[in-house]
Formats: sequence, C-alpha cells, structure tokens
Amino acid sequence: MQTESFVSFRNVQKSYDGENLVVKNFNLDIQRGEFITMLGPSGSGKTTCLMMLAGFETVTHGEISIDRQPVNDISPQKRGIGMVFQNYALFPHMTIAENLAFPLKVRGLSSSDIQGKVKKSLDMVAMGPLGNRMPAQLSGGQKQRVALARALIFEPRLVLMDEPLGALDKQLREQMQYEIKRLSKQLGITVVYVTHDQTEALTMSDRIAVFNDGVVQQLANPSDLYEKPETAFVASFIGENNRLTGEVIERDGDYCQVQVGNLRVKAVAAKSASTARGTKTTLSIRPERVYLDPTDGQCDNRLPAKIQELIYHGDHLRLRLSVADQDDFIVKVVNGVNQSTPTPGAMVTVGWRADDCRALNTVI
Amino acid sequence: MNRPVMSEGPADRLFVQPKVGQSIKESLDKAERRNKFKSVLLVLPLLAFIAVFFLMPIGDMLMRSVQNGTLADYMPNSAVELKHWERQTLPEEKTFAVLGNDILALLKSQNLDRVGTDLNRVQSGMKLLLNKTARGLEKQSQAGITEFKPLMISIDKRWGETATWSQLKVMAPSISAVHYLAALDRQYDDNGDIVQQPESRQIYVDNLLKTLAVSVAITFICFLLGYPLAYFLASLPDRFSNLLMILVLLPFWTSLLVRTSAWIVILQSNGVFNDVLRSLGIINQPLDLMYNLYGTIIAMTHILLPFMVLPLYSVMRGVDQTYIRAAHSMGASSMRTFFKIYFPLSLPGVSAGGILVFILAVGYYITPALVGGRTGQMISNFIAYHMQTSLNWGLASAIASLLLVVVLLMYWVYDRFVGITNMKLG
Repeated sequence: MQTESFVSFRNVQKSYDGENLVVKNFNLDIQRGEFITMLGPSGSGKTTCLMMLAGFETVTHGEISIDRQPVNDISPQKRGIGMVFQNYALFPHMTIAENLAFPLKVRGLSSSDIQGKVKKSLDMVAMGPLGNRMPAQLSGGQKQRVALARALIFEPRLVLMDEPLGALDKQLREQMQYEIKRLSKQLGITVVYVTHDQTEALTMSDRIAVFNDGVVQQLANPSDLYEKPETAFVASFIGENNRLTGEVIERDGDYCQVQVGNLRVKAVAAKSASTARGTKTTLSIRPERVYLDPTDGQCDNRLPAKIQELIYHGDHLRLRLSVADQDDFIVKVVNGVNQSTPTPGAMVTVGWRADDCRALNTVI
Repeated sequence: MNRPVMSEGPADRLFVQPKVGQSIKESLDKAERRNKFKSVLLVLPLLAFIAVFFLMPIGDMLMRSVQNGTLADYMPNSAVELKHWERQTLPEEKTFAVLGNDILALLKSQNLDRVGTDLNRVQSGMKLLLNKTARGLEKQSQAGITEFKPLMISIDKRWGETATWSQLKVMAPSISAVHYLAALDRQYDDNGDIVQQPESRQIYVDNLLKTLAVSVAITFICFLLGYPLAYFLASLPDRFSNLLMILVLLPFWTSLLVRTSAWIVILQSNGVFNDVLRSLGIINQPLDLMYNLYGTIIAMTHILLPFMVLPLYSVMRGVDQTYIRAAHSMGASSMRTFFKIYFPLSLPGVSAGGILVFILAVGYYITPALVGGRTGQMISNFIAYHMQTSLNWGLASAIASLLLVVVLLMYWVYDRFVGITNMKLG
C-alpha cells in the first residue's frame, strides 16, 4: 500500500457491549480522490466503521486518521466530513435552499456568498427551480440529489455515504449511481460509500472492502473481486457462483488438482486458501463461465451433468444441472439465434477453464 | 341522455367510456355504504353519550346565558306594558295598574320572593321595593284601589322616578344580554344605555384577564420545567425512560384532592417549606406561599406538568437522530443544532402540550378553590360561586360562555398559526 494514504484505519476495533466485537481489527488505507465502498450484509460492521470515521461512534481500540492527523478525539463537527444518510436527513422544517445554506451559515459565510453557492449547487444536481420547496414536496430521487448537494456544498475533503440509494427504485438507483460517480470524479473528492448492494458497489467503486462478521474478507478493485475472490464468502456474496466441494490432491504452481466425487478438477488456488494435500476445499465457478457441451481443448475441466430444470429469463436461459452429486449447479446460456433448446432430463457435458475456477477455503 | 348499452359482453364493457365519473362515484358510495354504516354504529354509543352529557349541557348553558324570563314568566302583563313604555316620561296610570295587579297576584301565589331575588341581581334594592309595595298595596286592596299611580308613589317615592321603571324595562324581554353585560362588568343605565359598572363592582373582566395571565404563566413554567425533563427522558434507553415515565405519571394515580392538600401542608406558613427555610436561617418571617396567587400557580403547575411532558416526550422520541448527526456532520455546534434543528422539530410537542395545559388551566376550579385564598381565585371559582351559592345561573352561564369563547378563540389562533394537524399528543 502507498505511504501517502488520506484516510487510514489502524487495527480498529469496536464493541458496543464490552463483550462482543462488532468490528474486529479493521485496517484500511484510502487514497485521495478514491471511491471506496464498504460492502457487506447487514450487521457486518460496515456502517459502524463509517460512523466511527464520521465521529458518531467512538473507537474502542485502534486509530483512525484523516490526512495523517489522528481523529479519534475530534468531535464530528470539527472533522469536516460531508455525509449523505440513508433517509436523506433533510431538515423537514427548512426549504431546500435553507437546507443547502445550513452548512454555509454554520461556517459564517456572507449571505451573498451563500446565495451564489446554493444556486450553483442546485444547478449542479439539476434542481435549480426547486429551491423554495419543502423536503416533503420532493420525490425520493429529488431528495437524494439535495442530500448529495448538501453534503458537497461546503467542499468537504471527504464524503461519507451510508446506503444513500437504499430507498430508491431500481431505475432511479442506477441513474443516481452514475450521477454520484460522475460528481465525485468531477470534483475529485474522496468518497467512502457503504452499501449492501453488490451491483452498486461493482459499478461505482475504485476499490471495494467486503465485510463479513466484523472482518474485511477482501479489499480489491471490482474486477478482481468478481473474478478472483479470495474467500468462499466473497465468491458467494458478489455475483452468482456454483460451489463444488472436494479435496486437494496436489498443488501445481498457482493451480491445484481437486478431487470432486470421483472426478478431477483443475483450479486456481486462491492466495489465502490453504492447499496442502488432503485439505477440504470449495471450488467456485461463475455460471456464465461454464460451457455446455464444450469442444475439445476449449476447457481444462469436463464433467458429465444431467439437466434438471430450465428457467427462461428472456435474454438468457438458466439451466439447473446435477454435477458430481450436487443438483444446484447453475449454467447461464445466452438466448441466441439458432439455439437448440436443451431439454430437462438430457445428459450433457459441462466444462470450464481452470482459470475460471478457484479453490477456496471451506469456511462456511 | 342515452345510457350506453352494456349487455354485449365483458370484452365490450372495457371500451364503454361515457358517464364513467358519475357511475364510479355511485358504485363506490354503494360499496362503501355498508362499511360506513358499520363504523358509525361503532361510535354511536359515544356519540349519544357526548350528545346527552356534553352538547346538551353546553347548549343549555348558552341558552341560560341569554334567558331572563322572570318578568316575562311571572309578570307577563307588566312585561308587555313595559315594552311599550318609551322611558322619557313617567308611565301612565294604566301601566301602574298592570304592575300593581301583577305584584298583588305574585303575593297571592307566593312567588314574590323569587321574582324579587331575580330582579335584585340586576338592580339591587328591587326586592325590598317589591315587598314594600306589595304590603302597601295589599293593605289598600281590601278597601279597593281606584288609582294605582298616586298610591304606589306614596308607598315608595321611587315609583315616581323614571330610573326605577327603566331598570324594570331592562328586565322585561325574556331574551336579553343582561347576564353578558354583568359578566363584562357592564350594565344598562337609567336611559337604557350600556355603561360600566361602578368601580367597586368591577370584578369579572379583571378576573378573566388574571385567569388568562395565570394560565399563560403556568403554561410557560410547565414548558420550562417539562422541556428538559422530556428531553432527558427521550434520550434515555427504553427501559430507563419507561421507568421514569411511570414516575411522571404517578401523580395521575393519586387523588387530586390529596395532591393539593399536600401542597397546603408543604407551603403554608407553618409548613415544611417555611420551617426548613427558617431553620436554615434564610428567612425570619414565613413566606406567604399558600392561600394566594403563588399557591395557585405552584400547585397547578405541579398538577398540569404531566400534560406538558407527555406530548413533548412522544414528539421528542420521534425526532430522528440522523437530523442531529446530519447537522453535526455539517459542522454545526451543539447549541446551533439544538436551536436550529432539534427545537423546531420538537415544536409540535411544545404547542400540543402548551395548548393542553393552557386550556386545562383556564378552566381549573378545585386547586384555586383550595389553595387560592382570596387573591388566587380564578374565573371558574366565580362560576362555581354563582352556580352554588348565589344561584345566579344566568350570570354563571354568561361567564362560562365567555370562557368557552376565549378557549375557542385560542384554538382558532392556534390552528391559524400553527395548524391543528401539527399537534401531536402521542
């Protein structure tokens, strides 16, 4: 990791009751201008980490620093961090313009300066004519824009977002994802974003920290996270994945041979996984990387399978197969031209490349 | 108009457009009627109860406040006669005769006392005058009375003054504003014009204003004491706040009389409070905290405080903490966050508690009656006095009606500036 990190968490722990750790030894370095997402199921500690960074939760152990200055004992008011909340937290008794002016008034700006900035800010989120409305008169998407504008208007060095798109419908969410990303790049701000939506994390982030049970499972950029998951949790949490359990037979450089039932599978050994001979392992294969009836030499691994079910999804078909005594093996088949429709009950061969298959620790 | 034919089949029905607005409304009404009927049925007992025991008494009170039927009921001939009299000159013999015969009739039916008492309320001395006249007339009636005018004037020379007749004329209509005038410290003068009561008899307006001022003071003190308490309760975890809430509600489980009496024990001249202060050497003379305005304010503040705390607490519980966090994240100090964010968000509770305490205080009776002494009496105590002691129900009704108007006015002002929908009681 580079030395010039902007925000750093060092061995941070958090406990609410003095017995259980909600966050166990969290380390993270965030670069200036980076878009970092904390991703994880609810209760995994991601929001707690965000709140500790914002200063709303105390740090039980460890140190958080912003711009090389420890902030553990600095009150949230003095941290200069913009924040977007899940429920927007627009003050209901103030108009939109007053909401936006609030952080500027706090900073003692002159009223003409405030007016100018508010107008600019409203224009930035395409809410120009709505300054006199009350928050209750806005739609969810509009509130979201205002909340974003309010977090950015005082030009904070760091902006935190706590599941800001959670309450929006799918279409609006996608649109806002794009807008948030565009704004953050345009203004060059550092963003720490919390979500439990993996698609959101993948499309927006520079890097993603996947949380589970108070521990960061993997910190990587989106494509590495999807293509090279390090743990079985990450593999199952991000995207769809097929799991086959087996036993390591031998290690071969980056690869390893795994016995699945009475078949052998060649897979990439994940860095964190122990691949000593005889270890139980979980193989993870993405459904879209599986070939149905592959031609010779196309795949390193070929296994016989029986089609159990066929699910029509419009642009693609989803086949549920039984492979190596497991009958929840999913394959995605593109609904292309001249596609022969597979029939349930038929025997087929499935195959995949060794690079698309990862041997992970069996934890869960 | 031609109704569209709708019998072709389900497919055609989809395309039938005209008159939709009307028929949808009709069918909706029809469909909902049963439910509406059921829900009305559920509240019917309460509606009946309110109608009989709340609306009817209020209606009766409003009626009584304008009714003044003594003359019209008991001396109907005189009432008619007096209506025609024009005040400028002394009435003719005919009027004297009608009145004299009415008085004699009253004496015979033994209603003279009652009428005299009623008339005395508007013009003191009237009862004596009637009794004296009745006795004089009765004495003469055995011999036969030829002319009433000189006789009555000879019995009492007040019959020779237009002022006396003028006062009687005021009482003649069965519906009049005399009670309201009395309640506002006004009366009719001898010419039938509305004037102020003599200063020594002006009590009600001053007392009404005092009642309003005391109520405002109590509301304000309740706010000052209740706001921090509610804030503290709302910031506690549930199990603690529920426990402490029981303490706030504890007074409700104790008799009002007991609580008020407890204040007497504590605050009277030889009470706990004064004794403690004296033994500490802070005061030499006992403080007069009981049987005056202070006693009323202290005891009523204590009794009404829960009515302020409850709505405040429930509103504060509902204030989303993320607003506070949001304000902090934008750099607002705790002070600024409180005054610009938290306090405005808690205002519905303040106004609900405020209006509740104020309305209760304005009509409060028992506590001022017990601890108010002479100076701590509120308008309700006057109403009670006229209801129970002086039996001047007309005046009591008029004062109560004025109180009702004041409360409704407050309600209107509140709705106008705060909006009744902003009120949150829990």
